[in-house]
Amino acid sequence: MSSNDTSNTVDLDTAELAHAEKAALAAELFAPGVGAQAGPPTTSATATGSAGDTPPGAHSHGGPVLNGQPVPTGSPAERFTSTDPDAFPKPTGREETWRFTPLRRARQLLDGVPSDARLQVESDLPDGAVLASVEAGDPLLKGLPEPVDRLAALTRQRSNGATVLRIAKEAVLDRPVTLRLSGTGAEDVVWGQLVVEVGAFAQATVVLDHAGLAKYSGGAAFLLGDGAQLTVVSVQEWAPGTVHGGQYDSVVGRDATLKQVVVTLGGDLVRLVSNVSYTGTGGSADLYGLYFADETQHQEHRLWVDHSVPNCRSNVVYKGALQGDKAHSVWIGDVRIRPAATGTETYELNRNLVLTDGARADSVPNLEIETGEIVSAGHASATGRFDDEQLFYLCSRGIDAETARRLVVRGFFADVVQHIGIPELQDRLMGTIDARLGALPELDEQPVEVG
Amino acid sequence: MTSPTATPTASGLKAGSVLEIRDLHVTVGDGDDAKEILRGVDLTVRGGETHAIMGPNGSGKSTLAYSIAGHPKYTITGGTVTLDGEDVLAMTVDERARAGLFLAMQYPVEVPGVSVSNFLRTAATAVTGEAPKLRTWVKDVRTEMAALEMDSAFAERNVNEGFSGGEKKRHEILQMRLLKPKMAILDETDSGLDVDALRIVSEGVNRAKADSPVGVLLITHYTRILRYIKPDFVHVFVAGRVVEEGGPELAQKLEDEGYAAYVKDSAEQAAVEKTASEKTALEATQQ
Repeated sequence: MSSNDTSNTVDLDTAELAHAEKAALAAELFAPGVGAQAGPPTTSATATGSAGDTPPGAHSHGGPVLNGQPVPTGSPAERFTSTDPDAFPKPTGREETWRFTPLRRARQLLDGVPSDARLQVESDLPDGAVLASVEAGDPLLKGLPEPVDRLAALTRQRSNGATVLRIAKEAVLDRPVTLRLSGTGAEDVVWGQLVVEVGAFAQATVVLDHAGLAKYSGGAAFLLGDGAQLTVVSVQEWAPGTVHGGQYDSVVGRDATLKQVVVTLGGDLVRLVSNVSYTGTGGSADLYGLYFADETQHQEHRLWVDHSVPNCRSNVVYKGALQGDKAHSVWIGDVRIRPAATGTETYELNRNLVLTDGARADSVPNLEIETGEIVSAGHASATGRFDDEQLFYLCSRGIDAETARRLVVRGFFADVVQHIGIPELQDRLMGTIDARLGALPELDEQPVEVG
Repeated sequence: MTSPTATPTASGLKAGSVLEIRDLHVTVGDGDDAKEILRGVDLTVRGGETHAIMGPNGSGKSTLAYSIAGHPKYTITGGTVTLDGEDVLAMTVDERARAGLFLAMQYPVEVPGVSVSNFLRTAATAVTGEAPKLRTWVKDVRTEMAALEMDSAFAERNVNEGFSGGEKKRHEILQMRLLKPKMAILDETDSGLDVDALRIVSEGVNRAKADSPVGVLLITHYTRILRYIKPDFVHVFVAGRVVEEGGPELAQKLEDEGYAAYVKDSAEQAAVEKTASEKTALEATQQ
């Protein structure tokens, strides 16, 4: 029997499908009305299927041009960047980059009020990792990728220097670097800038563990030397009332490997922009994300992967669940393959599971391919309810429907969480998710090892 | 040949469980698109018996399996299904499993993020009503996985995710062994298996039969699996109903002659029925 006959969920996790077929399938599935419970997918989802044999330029969305200058649109055309906040117009909510964001809630941040307030930092530094700080104007900061929106530019300017985490060349850390970043109140805005420099051939995991109450905008740059392997985990377990904005820039060196896992569970408004660029061939980036929006929470993740050098790969997997009135998630996945980036392999996937009425998931993949000489490129986006076939399978084994639903949601998230690779943190996050889903009978115990 | 319903067998006597299907009618689709797939199925399976249901593609064999298991895609429009006198059709899907029914699916579903070990334990807990004793459970799982020649790393993989066809079928039989149903429906468990996998899977079913008086409804297109799992009865299923019943020798006849004769008979039968019903309809209009 076909798995989509009775199901509301559009399931694209069919391993047998080639990437290009998946993309085509995604386009087909986004006929009007699909995913309607979550609000229809916004623009371009139907138009962006792709395959390795696409002729150069054929897939370009183009972009508005004003007086010979490209206008910032947020789509992966030439993108406007600047360190000067005033180079960006004040957001009105009509801009592509801001049209989903509840600006009123972000107002304090967007007003750019200067502040010396800081998050409380508790750090765990293994040998080979050193924490320092640099003043504004330090050459290190001048070399960072530039802000892509007004908030990021304000953050760069207002943070007035940066915290720098250095991982020595060839160091292989014996445990993760953990920075526990706690907000202590929402009165003052907190501006922060972090730079993580990973030396050539070093191997490290860095955890940014956000909690507490804050109005916070934090920039972070991850600079990977040649052959370096970095796992970045950013956890947003903020208290209610928190507003968190930020721009993460990853610069992947030759043969370097980046894995980023972003987990957004708490806060009122979280808006994170993750950009990836490559400085040498053979670079690899896996960007995983998980978000769980409850009543009135707004969780926005915008990704931009810029393939400008040959033979690099990227893989984006973001999964979200939504429950409760006015829960809103936004996922924007932009991938650009520039003419020079031959041999590129890229795929991006966004899946949203809408658990109740009144929640809305926006999902906009954009893929721009400017060379046909690539290995593969594709994307898929699906928003829906439970997969009836999965529920039937579990129930046919005696598991009641409520437990089956929780198992499926738990599994949906575990699929992302297991990429973190830190068992204690994974357990903690799954515990939070379980609590949000309600108690799961028989699943609280330790997993039984078989084998 | 006497109808199997009335045939007491040696194994039937020692077993308590009985699955009775009476005049079962099932449609798929809604409203004007509704299509009748099962058109009056009668079948009785007693504990300890193995019944092979054989038929051409599209005859409704899988619909029978999924209807008994309670898949929401199918609508029961008439007839009854009981297990030990209990009304199966009134039960939810999970209640049917807890009552002792098991369906080994032709296309087992992937459940990302749910490990096999977690899934098996949750299912066993649900079916038996209590969490299995840790020591014996781990031993039982290991033993049966070894018997099915499954690598122990299997337990930590996600349910059916990335499994080969053979792995999926072994996983289905592993569940049958651990959940110990009263009645097991195997829906084309043999399809897509190579000879080795077919043997391993069949031996798993035979171990279940040896351990307990489980009733087995073996749905298949081919006679091949019947060399490994010996049926007590063979039913030929065409166009949504059983058109002939017999012993194991009927399987040999199908092997030699195929379904052509039955399909032709059935088509003629359907034509006669259609004419009759049109005539009735016409008469009704005239009145």
